[in-house]
Amino acid sequence: MNTFRQRLVPYALLGPGLIWLTIFFVIPMYYMLELSLKTGSLEAGFQMTWAFSNYTDAISQYSTQFWRAFYYAGIASFFCLLIGYPLAYAIAFKAGRWKNLMLFAVVAPFFTTYLIRTVAWKTILDDSSPVVSILKTLHIVPPDGRVLATSAAVIAGLTYNFLPFMVLPLFAALERLDRRLLEAGNDLYATSPQTFWRVTLPLTMPGIVAGVLLTFIPAAGDYVNVIFLGGTSQAMIGNVIQSKYLVVNDYPDAAALSFTLLAIILVALIIYIKFAGTSALMGEEEEAH
Amino acid sequence: MWRWIKEHIVLFVGLLAMFYMLLPIAVIAIFSFNDPTGRYNFEWVGFTTQYWQDPFGITPLTDSLITSIQLAFLTSIAATALGTLIAIALVRHQFFGRRAANLLIVIPMATPEVVIGASLLSFFLTTGIFKLGFGTLLIAHIMFSISFVVIVVRSRLIGFDRRLEEAAADLGASAFTTFRKVTLPLIAPGVGSAALLSFALSIDDFVISNFNSGATVTFPLYIFGANQRGIPVEVNVIATMLFAVTVIAMLSVIIQQRRAEKMADMRPEEIANKPAVSLPM
Repeated sequence: MNTFRQRLVPYALLGPGLIWLTIFFVIPMYYMLELSLKTGSLEAGFQMTWAFSNYTDAISQYSTQFWRAFYYAGIASFFCLLIGYPLAYAIAFKAGRWKNLMLFAVVAPFFTTYLIRTVAWKTILDDSSPVVSILKTLHIVPPDGRVLATSAAVIAGLTYNFLPFMVLPLFAALERLDRRLLEAGNDLYATSPQTFWRVTLPLTMPGIVAGVLLTFIPAAGDYVNVIFLGGTSQAMIGNVIQSKYLVVNDYPDAAALSFTLLAIILVALIIYIKFAGTSALMGEEEEAH
Repeated sequence: MWRWIKEHIVLFVGLLAMFYMLLPIAVIAIFSFNDPTGRYNFEWVGFTTQYWQDPFGITPLTDSLITSIQLAFLTSIAATALGTLIAIALVRHQFFGRRAANLLIVIPMATPEVVIGASLLSFFLTTGIFKLGFGTLLIAHIMFSISFVVIVVRSRLIGFDRRLEEAAADLGASAFTTFRKVTLPLIAPGVGSAALLSFALSIDDFVISNFNSGATVTFPLYIFGANQRGIPVEVNVIATMLFAVTVIAMLSVIIQQRRAEKMADMRPEEIANKPAVSLPM
C-alpha cells in the first residue's frame, strides 16, 4: 500500500501543471486543427466541411510570406550567432569579475517591454536620427534613401530582439566546457585558432544548435518587428496570421496557416530532438539517477 | 601591440555587443526627457522633466499598467506553484511517462507565440466557455510561463545535496516537515527567480495577449494601440521606471543567491556539485 502510494506521488506533483498544459495547450491545438478544416464566415458561422483546400489555398497564396519569414529568421539567427558567439565567449572566458555584469547586460533588454524596445529601434533608425545620417555619410544608405520600412530594418530588429536567446545557451555550453581539453590542445602544440576550430567549436555545437532554434523559431513567427520597422512589402507569415485572425476574421484560413507554420517548426524540432534529446533545450545536462 | 590586440579582441567585441544590447534602453530613457512638438516622439526636440512629474496622468495608460501588474502577479503565483511541483517530480522521482512529460514542457517553448495565441483563440471562440478578457489572458499567461518555471527550479534542484533531506528524515522529521524546513528554504532562490521570471514574461507579453485579450488592455497592448496615433512620452517614463524596478529586484535576487552560495561554501563538498548558473532565461 505504501509503495503504491509512493508511486502516485510524482503524478500528484505533475498533475496540476500538466493538466493545465493539456487543457490550454494541447486541446487548443486540436480546436485550431478543426477550425482549419471548416468553411463559412463570422456572420453565418463556420461548418465542418473537411476543407483541405484551406491548406492548399493558404499555402499557395501566401508562399511569399512563408519564405520571407524563414529567410528573415534565417538571416537574423545567423547574425545572432555572429554577434552572440564572441559575446558569450568573452563572458565565459575573458570577463573575469565583470562576468555577472556582462550576463546582466545580456538579459537587461528583457526588463523593458518587447514593444518599447522595438519602438526604440524605430527611433534609432528614424529618418532624422544620427545613426541614419552616419550611414548616409558612409554611403551605406543612399542620400535619399531610408532605413525604416526596409528588409534591413526588420532583420536588424529581429536580430536585436532575439539575441539573448542565442547568447544564454552559448554561454551555458562554453561555461560547461572542460578547460583541461583546451590546455591539452595547447600542450599538443595546437595554435589558438586550431584549438578553437577543433575543440571549442565542436564541443559547443549543442549550444549553437539550441541557440539557433531558440532564435529562429520566435523570429519566424514574429509580426511585431514588421509592424513597427517594416512595411507591407516586408510582411511575414505572422503578419498574415495576425491580420486574418484579428482584422478580417477569416479564421479557417488563419488556422490553416498557423498549423502549417507549427508543423514545419515541429518537424525541425523533432529532427533536433532525435539528435540531441530534450536536455540541451531544457538548459541542463540529463541528470544522473 | 599586435599581441595586445589579439589578447583583447574578444573582450572588445564583447563590449561592442554589450553596447548594442543596451543602446535601445538608453534611447528609451533619454527620450523620456524629450519635449516633442508633434504627436510623435521620434525626434529629439528639447530637454524637459515635465513627463516625469506626472507619469500617471493618462488614465487609459495607467489603467493598462495596473491591469498588467495584476495579471503578472497572479500569473507569477500560479505558474510558480504549478511549475515547481513539476520540477520536483522530474528531478526527484522515476515514473512512467517521463519522456512525454518532458515533451509537454519543451514543446510550448518551441512553439511560435503567434501559433499559441491563434490556437487559444480558436479554442476560446469554438467552445465559448470562456469570455475573452482578463480571465483568458490569465489562462494563457500561466500556460506559457509554466515551462520556464520548470527549467529554472529544476536547475536549482539538480545541484541540491539530498543528504540534507536524509539527515532530516533520520532525525525523525516527517516528509512534509522535511520539505517545509529543508527542501523549500534551499530551493527558495530558484523558486524566487522563477517567480520573477514569470512575472517579467507576463508583463512583457504582447503577441499571445493580442489574440486573447478581448476588450481588456494591458500595458503592451496600450502601446500597440497608441502606435498609430503617436506614443505618449509617459510610456517612456513608465518603461524606464519598470526597468529600474526590475533591475533592483534582479540584483537583490543575485545578492541573495550569493549569500546562499556562501553558506553552502561552508561545506566544501558542496562546491563541486553547485549549479553552473541559475540565471533566469
